[in-house]
Amino acid sequence: MDVIFGNLDLWGTAIKNTLIVFAGGGAIALILGIVVGAMRVSPVPIARGVGTAYVNIIRNTPLTLVFFFFVLGYPALGLPRLSSLVLGIIAIGIYTATYVAEVLRAGINTVPVGQAEAARAIGLPFGQVMSLVVLPQAFRSVVPPMMSVFIALLKNTTIAAGFSVSELAALRATINDSGDRPGSPMEVLLCVALVFVVLVLLLSALQHRLEKKWRIVR
Amino acid sequence: MRFKKAFATIGLMSVAALALSGCADGGPTDANGGGNSATVDMPWTVAENVTLEGSPTFDAMQKRDKVVIGVKEDQPNLGYYDNVTQERSGFDVDVARWIAASLGFKEDQIEYKAIASANREQAIVNGDVDYYVGTYSINDKRKKEIDFAGPYFVTGQGLLVKKGDQDYQSLDELEGKKVCSATGSTPIQNIKTNFPGIKTEEFDLYSACVDSLKNGQVDAVTTDQAILIGYAAQDPEKLMVTTGPLLTEEQYGIGLPKGDDALRSHINELLTDGGDIWKKIFEKDLGNSGITVDQPKVDAY
Repeated sequence: MDVIFGNLDLWGTAIKNTLIVFAGGGAIALILGIVVGAMRVSPVPIARGVGTAYVNIIRNTPLTLVFFFFVLGYPALGLPRLSSLVLGIIAIGIYTATYVAEVLRAGINTVPVGQAEAARAIGLPFGQVMSLVVLPQAFRSVVPPMMSVFIALLKNTTIAAGFSVSELAALRATINDSGDRPGSPMEVLLCVALVFVVLVLLLSALQHRLEKKWRIVR
Repeated sequence: MRFKKAFATIGLMSVAALALSGCADGGPTDANGGGNSATVDMPWTVAENVTLEGSPTFDAMQKRDKVVIGVKEDQPNLGYYDNVTQERSGFDVDVARWIAASLGFKEDQIEYKAIASANREQAIVNGDVDYYVGTYSINDKRKKEIDFAGPYFVTGQGLLVKKGDQDYQSLDELEGKKVCSATGSTPIQNIKTNFPGIKTEEFDLYSACVDSLKNGQVDAVTTDQAILIGYAAQDPEKLMVTTGPLLTEEQYGIGLPKGDDALRSHINELLTDGGDIWKKIFEKDLGNSGITVDQPKVDAY
């Protein structure tokens, strides 16, 4: 118990930073993912090409390398100085966006072609076909895989620890190296694992609720 | 049939890849590993017919006819592994070799394992390494899980800045600046608790901090001065260590499994009696780095 109550201040910042990276990365991933997903099914060949290239390049790069590029490579390019936390959020957001886009594309494929054709027939432009007719239906059918992507995102936040974001995974090093903080590395690791299990369970509960609420009767 | 063949090829390739990466991790374990040339000019001799009553670690070493030593490999002049020449060098590595020799192990009977700071205690507790020599500060919390022989070296927290930058004499002068060190390390915690006005950056490896310093992402790197001097020596055109007084005192010890008193007193005796050899190793590895340190007195607790 000492490992928790003796280091309450650290746990506070660590959980806060983990949630910040998760929320920030998630927001970027969702917005960018929707855009890229739409690009991949758009009628414009250039948009399709850009979308495909983006997904294939970023998705096939290990997350650590994406982090390396943003946190260590970006400043070397002489671009405006951003904090490591912001750079980390951008890195994880851009990486996860590819998965969101692909999950969404799978969802779009489940929407019957007639829906899009009917929307086009009444004169809606591509943007409205997507946002009013296709995407709402696509979202409903991809709740479980989308939530898996976000659970993976949550766990991927631990990689940010190596890149100057003092989140949960950085706790062990901090407590471990400090002469006067209680707790052995093993205890810290177990507690960190427990926090992640709780967070993932919360996400699973959210998934369950959304699935129930948005169920499509076919 | 064609599929079977393809799978067999893939299987073979992955086995080969595993074997290769295994070699890279463990360092030179075989006789032609490259470390041999180093033994020639070492100032010690390999002991013969060593006996050490009541040391389970030593018994294990003898049983497998090999000693497994935990080291660092990214700290020039202290614990460094050169990927090109495949040679390990540095003060810590030489101390580790000296101890191995005193236990009767030749260079080709040494297996090095690079272990990051955060995993050191666990590696010793698990028995992954027989002992650990790598900028390992002695403190009471660590003593609860493992034992320390030594100290064999004393240093303290210093500052590394870009060449031509201000020569900081204390941490107060860094108010509002950004300072980098290893994740969770003692120096960074010292700054966080005592100097809230200083911004901090933390990376797993010191080399990432040094890169950030070079590209202007941080204003200074802080950790034990011995480590910083190694980096400054690697790139003297761009980096320099400030001349200010050391901010703390760190005593480097040799990490040993808890309770192995026989091995601990053996190493302590070796350090106490081997003043000449210590001096020779120091001059060889750190002599031209500009720091002068006397061998610290062994604290045989």
